[in-house]
Amino acid sequence: MSKQIKLKKGFDIRLVGKAEKKIGDFQPVKTFAIKPTDFIGMQRPKVLVKEGDLVKAGTPILFDKKMEKVQYVAPVSGEIVEIKRGEKRKLLEIKILADTEIDFESFEKFTEGDIQAASREKIVDHLTVTGAWPQLIQRPYGIVANPEDEPKAIFISGFDTHPLAPDYDFLIKGQSNYFQLGVKALQKLTKGKIYLGLSGENKSSEFSNIQGVETSYFSGPHPAGNVGVHIHHLAPVNKGETVWTINPYGVVQIGKLFANGNYDASKLIAITGSEIKTPLYAQTYTGSCVDSFVSGNTKTEKIRVISGNVLTGEKINRDGYVGFYQHQITVIPEGDYYEFLGWMKPTKEKLSYHKALGLLSFLFPKKEYVLDSNARGEERAFVQTGVFESVTPMDIYPVYLLKAIMAEDFDEMEELGIYEVIEEDLALCEFVDVSKHPVQEIVRKGIELIQYS
Amino acid sequence: MEFLRNLLDKQKPLFQKGGKLENLYYLYEAGETFLFSPKHTTPPRGAQVKDAIDLKRMMITVVIAMIPCLLFGIYNTGHMHFLAVGETASFGDKFILGLTLVLPIVIVSYAAGGLVEATFAVVRKHPINEGFLVTGMLIPLVVPATTPLWQVALATVFAIVIAKEVFGGTGMNILNVAMTARAFLYFAYPAQISGDQVWTYLGDKAPIDGFSGATALAVAYQSGQEGVNAVSNLSEHNSAVMDGMFGFANMFFGFIPGSIGETSTLMVLLGAAILLFTGVASWKIMVSAFGGAYIMAAVMQLLAVNEFMAMPAHYHLVMGGIAFGIVFMATDPVSAAQTESGKWIYGLLIGVLTIIIRVTNPAYPEGIMLAVLFMNVFAPLIDHYVVKANKKRRLQRATV
Repeated sequence: MSKQIKLKKGFDIRLVGKAEKKIGDFQPVKTFAIKPTDFIGMQRPKVLVKEGDLVKAGTPILFDKKMEKVQYVAPVSGEIVEIKRGEKRKLLEIKILADTEIDFESFEKFTEGDIQAASREKIVDHLTVTGAWPQLIQRPYGIVANPEDEPKAIFISGFDTHPLAPDYDFLIKGQSNYFQLGVKALQKLTKGKIYLGLSGENKSSEFSNIQGVETSYFSGPHPAGNVGVHIHHLAPVNKGETVWTINPYGVVQIGKLFANGNYDASKLIAITGSEIKTPLYAQTYTGSCVDSFVSGNTKTEKIRVISGNVLTGEKINRDGYVGFYQHQITVIPEGDYYEFLGWMKPTKEKLSYHKALGLLSFLFPKKEYVLDSNARGEERAFVQTGVFESVTPMDIYPVYLLKAIMAEDFDEMEELGIYEVIEEDLALCEFVDVSKHPVQEIVRKGIELIQYS
Repeated sequence: MEFLRNLLDKQKPLFQKGGKLENLYYLYEAGETFLFSPKHTTPPRGAQVKDAIDLKRMMITVVIAMIPCLLFGIYNTGHMHFLAVGETASFGDKFILGLTLVLPIVIVSYAAGGLVEATFAVVRKHPINEGFLVTGMLIPLVVPATTPLWQVALATVFAIVIAKEVFGGTGMNILNVAMTARAFLYFAYPAQISGDQVWTYLGDKAPIDGFSGATALAVAYQSGQEGVNAVSNLSEHNSAVMDGMFGFANMFFGFIPGSIGETSTLMVLLGAAILLFTGVASWKIMVSAFGGAYIMAAVMQLLAVNEFMAMPAHYHLVMGGIAFGIVFMATDPVSAAQTESGKWIYGLLIGVLTIIIRVTNPAYPEGIMLAVLFMNVFAPLIDHYVVKANKKRRLQRATV
């Protein structure tokens, strides 16, 4: 029997530039990159290739010396053209110039029966060697799962409620057989359940008939689609427990790996945002350079390109690369301008969760907004209360948690639920905050304090 | 606007690191950000877009909500004067007289407070906090129009330094700053802020025969002492000046002596409507505080041993500063309870305590000031137990 969970708290940020469910005809992408910084918690990245090396899709190019078993592999075949390092030689990007025809490393193939018969160890080994493993994320901490652990459950969120988020039904269209096979493989990894969270608003989907999962339906505003919210309501993470999460894309990738014996990093990316001329989906591979999607396709020149969505994404260059876990890029106007009496001017062009003097966006609940990257004020001490709670559909006191982190009070952080959140779960707080705190940065700091204590 | 922007940009190097006036950077910054919202953009990681609200906008909303009270207070100051001296005057005359009395208090409050804020900002090197926009307006509204200006200045400085800056500025304070200013005046200079003589400005004129400057609360309290029915005593009071001055309706509209901004319950409710509609103040605190006051007053009525206690409960809500205190002081988000269930308890106790102090304490005719300050001190304790319940739920889940 499936659970229905109705969430009231939260806020939908409606923006201009949602991608139409069509695959666009973009220039082929030439370079791809793996960015070690995408893998939060990777401590000692070690590169396995040199510039000039030739790799196939699935060839290991990177690993973390703290978790040697897990290989990070090339998404496409081609030549390693650059290993980019930043300040203090920090590893930033490993760039691959892609072949026009992708050549795959070949791995063992599994039928459903083979998976059933295989030991857990064999499945784990197969996933770690082939590069599919980093799709599994561990909670607490939101880091790549440790193959030595056994989670109490695995969570998959089948929809995304972030601003301009891609439609997951469209992303995995026609691939539900791979998804099903992926689920079978995941079942070997945990003795607990595999939870699939779906949107309560749209009940028939690619995921409707998947076997071996416990389906729950979540309805309500963002963050209803966040896997962290699902975990909180279905089987919350307590101290000392571990659960894993995985994106539907990762499940499909695992399914393909077992069925076809190759590491298939092909994916759809939603090209979204108010500055994009024609917001569509692009067919590409993991770590794709965004140049082909952005150049010539923007309405204005003063833009910010974001890998991911506007709440949790990361600013990248116009020729930067889509993050490993992202299925979306968003292009918005850069907001580096002064505004005369901007703090008091009545406005219906700027979106606000609040209704304070002159903020009129509440009158237009269905309107789609063009928001830029202006910081909209300066950081102050916490003053307004009750707002964070009203956008966080979890039994958590975000302000108390954030204050505990700022004070580096470990016991307090644990008691207030640091194990249950990662950045994205409190990202809305950062948006609505009157005092403009870097909420997500604070959350990560708290997680790191706990993780390495 | 180009011109202003250019002017600011031209002066900026003076105040930046290495400039001659580097120490005064935050003064410059306050001016600059007042005129132009800054051009900072969001950092590369984290939320890339931000809500249009900021603290300045939130604070100015509260100031706007106080304007009905301020305007009415200005008028009423003049109105009371002409009533007391038995002259008839036009609306304009009343308003202008009120203005000459009230405006200096507002200016002194903002100037004294602004000076303290600026000094602390410069010395401590932090931006000037917008919280003062509200405090500077609240203080004039809770003192009588006859308060000496130097007392206004002193109380403002005291409150901002002792109630706010020593704790680290806006957002860190425990007590409501404006209420602290009033409490300071009340205990330091009781002659100018209590009794029957301070509420109505007489100037150099003599009041008419039979004029009484007492406030409604004082009259009601007196009824209790003398054993006469409070309602009839109130309605007959000051009949030399005006019929039914302390009738329920007139007290609701606010044509009565009192501190500048608090006399009119109607104007306070107008302010409350603005605060609630904009969501800036907590409706939970307002509802529970008014509810708590009404319930406590009704209980008093049931247990009445004197005529003051026997006064109908709804009279309490329009007398004295209770409405103003609940709407503008108790809801200060920093000094109030911060958890949602805590807000119910906090508000309720403010209402209850106000009535208890009013009715049972012979020394203080008004209770809202002490009730708010008292509950400010207890708000963290209330929150502590609300948050503890959350922690307990988390802990219990873990052991199951």
